[in-house]
Amino acid sequence: MKFLEYQVKERFRAAGIPVPDGRLARNPDEAALAAGALGSVVVKAQVPIGGRGKAGGIKLARTPVDAKRAAGEILGMTIKGYTVREVWCETAQEIVRELYLGLTLDRDARKPVLILSAQGGMDIEEVAQTRPDAIAKLHPDPWRGPLTFQVRDLIFRAGLGPLQAQLMPLVTKLYALGRTYDALTIEINPLALTRDGGLVAADGKLEIDENAMFRHKDLHGADESDEDPLEAEAKRRKLTYVRLDGSIGVIGNGAGLVMNTLDLVEREGGHAADFLDIGGGAKAEVVHSALELLASDPRVKGILINIFGGITRGDEVAHGIIDATRDLNLNVPLVVRMTGTREEEGRQLLREAGIPPEAGASAAARKIVELAAAGTTRPAAAS
Amino acid sequence: MSILLSSQSRVLVQGLTGREGTFHAEQMKAYGTNLVAGVSPGKGGSTHLGVPIFDTVADAKRETGADVSGIFVPAPFAADAIMEAAAAGIELIVCITEGIPLYDMVRARAFVEDAGVKLIGPNCPGLVTAGQAKVGIIPNHINHEGPVGIVSRSGTLTYEVIQGLSQAGVGQTTSVGIGGDPILGLSFQDVLRLFKEDPATHVVVMIGEIGGSDEEAAAESVIGRDFGKPVVGFISGRTAPPGKRMGHAGAIISGNTGTASSKVQALKRAGAEICDTIEEVVAAAGAAVDQPSSAAHR
Repeated sequence: MKFLEYQVKERFRAAGIPVPDGRLARNPDEAALAAGALGSVVVKAQVPIGGRGKAGGIKLARTPVDAKRAAGEILGMTIKGYTVREVWCETAQEIVRELYLGLTLDRDARKPVLILSAQGGMDIEEVAQTRPDAIAKLHPDPWRGPLTFQVRDLIFRAGLGPLQAQLMPLVTKLYALGRTYDALTIEINPLALTRDGGLVAADGKLEIDENAMFRHKDLHGADESDEDPLEAEAKRRKLTYVRLDGSIGVIGNGAGLVMNTLDLVEREGGHAADFLDIGGGAKAEVVHSALELLASDPRVKGILINIFGGITRGDEVAHGIIDATRDLNLNVPLVVRMTGTREEEGRQLLREAGIPPEAGASAAARKIVELAAAGTTRPAAAS
Repeated sequence: MSILLSSQSRVLVQGLTGREGTFHAEQMKAYGTNLVAGVSPGKGGSTHLGVPIFDTVADAKRETGADVSGIFVPAPFAADAIMEAAAAGIELIVCITEGIPLYDMVRARAFVEDAGVKLIGPNCPGLVTAGQAKVGIIPNHINHEGPVGIVSRSGTLTYEVIQGLSQAGVGQTTSVGIGGDPILGLSFQDVLRLFKEDPATHVVVMIGEIGGSDEEAAAESVIGRDFGKPVVGFISGRTAPPGKRMGHAGAIISGNTGTASSKVQALKRAGAEICDTIEEVVAAAGAAVDQPSSAAHR
């Protein structure tokens, strides 16, 4: 789950991490009121994605009139597919230096990692590539958390010794906040050094581990309903779906298997329209729901279902496919490849329903690419 | 011979009385696995699938001498189950559960490391030593005894390879699914080192996928250093776009790291034979088995 900047800053403030004063505005008049109360403000589009500045979603406004105009321009804008519905108006800072402070998971070290850099304000991955020496990292013990001397060492390694007194509590607080919220990523970027010598979180990012949401049921993050409608619908159906650019709908069980199915479709000259993993142990309803989703996508000219049952059972999947084809009136070709746990039962059910299953993944991929190509030419020839 | 698991292993299942635990423990027994106990807190003293149920792993270990545990408990409790098994001195812990919070896993992994025991998974299909024993969810009928060791990040693709090999008359020693999460127990490197030392394993098949850099690390630090056995490799997700999480929490290409081509290049440099399809993997592994000496010096 992702959060909007102002939602992140509310949490920063509650945790004792300094943030600029700000107000949320849903229309230009509210932005003018905010500027009236705060003085010179920055008006910032609230969307759960980076690159707002480049897209024109951040503007400086010195007066309420300016703020009203800026908000009028930004509200309703579309930034990378997200419509701007709110702007955050906050006191403009006189920034003399931009730092970076973040916490994420380092999969190679299999530990959390705190990252501090004197080169903030830009894409930290780019800094890591071009100037790795400008980044200092600390892998805290996941049980003890970062110890005081380790944090001090991190600050000195980042070349930020003179700011030690201010940075020490910030690093500790950010780590605690990240742990509290099961953050995959929590970062302050830029962490701004202002003209008066203070450190303030000028922007913030927080993404919570979806697997940990059972611990955070009370939290409400960014509304991501502006994303791709198919992806949004898939999320509502609790399906693991990624939209791709092709025309072959792909459903399978297991991430590796589905990725491989996409590769096989490509190899046979087709292009997959999606990645859809029904996961382990999927029931008939899930298969039904997955087929229904793909059937609603007009780009899909053929559907390939690739099942290798382990924890997933062939007969369950077959029931889902049969029910879905009956209910949905599918008008594109469907190829099913089924093997593994209870494959005989599943294959028998499919044969009886007039959907003869394939045994091999490559053969199935070849068949759906051929059928889809034939299917797409037919209406063209008729017209 | 084999690695990690054999007919001598004394296996317990945490979450045995649950739906998934019951179904798969039955399959494990049917395969010949020496299932000695189940653990379901609150159900101690009862019997399920013909084995005694205990409230704690420590009780189960003391009473039955279990040395391997398969974990089928729901995600919110799975990291604790892993640590309970490690604290009880279970030598090999296999966690099938998917969806465990990453911070839970980071802690559990550190705990397992301190306890000095081995963890496979989570979010994995487990392992099977052909003809001897199985812990996890790999279908029984596809495995056949032979000289090929398999290590894979994907569950279902592991099944593809096992079935393909078996149908081609090429059997396996042990097939290990290490799991698709970012925070895992045994890595490719760990399992490859075990295969290197196993005299029964003549050829190793390694199934990787996009994301992370475990494949590259294994290529550089194990396969490329006098591995002494042919390695046939495969990477899935070649056509996956960057920045999209492909189901597995670990399968994401970010920046230049984790791409299929970086993994393929690293493995080729280390001397592995990389194939484009599972069918080719099966053919290459079969050929390497037939000519072990020439394949080793390819």
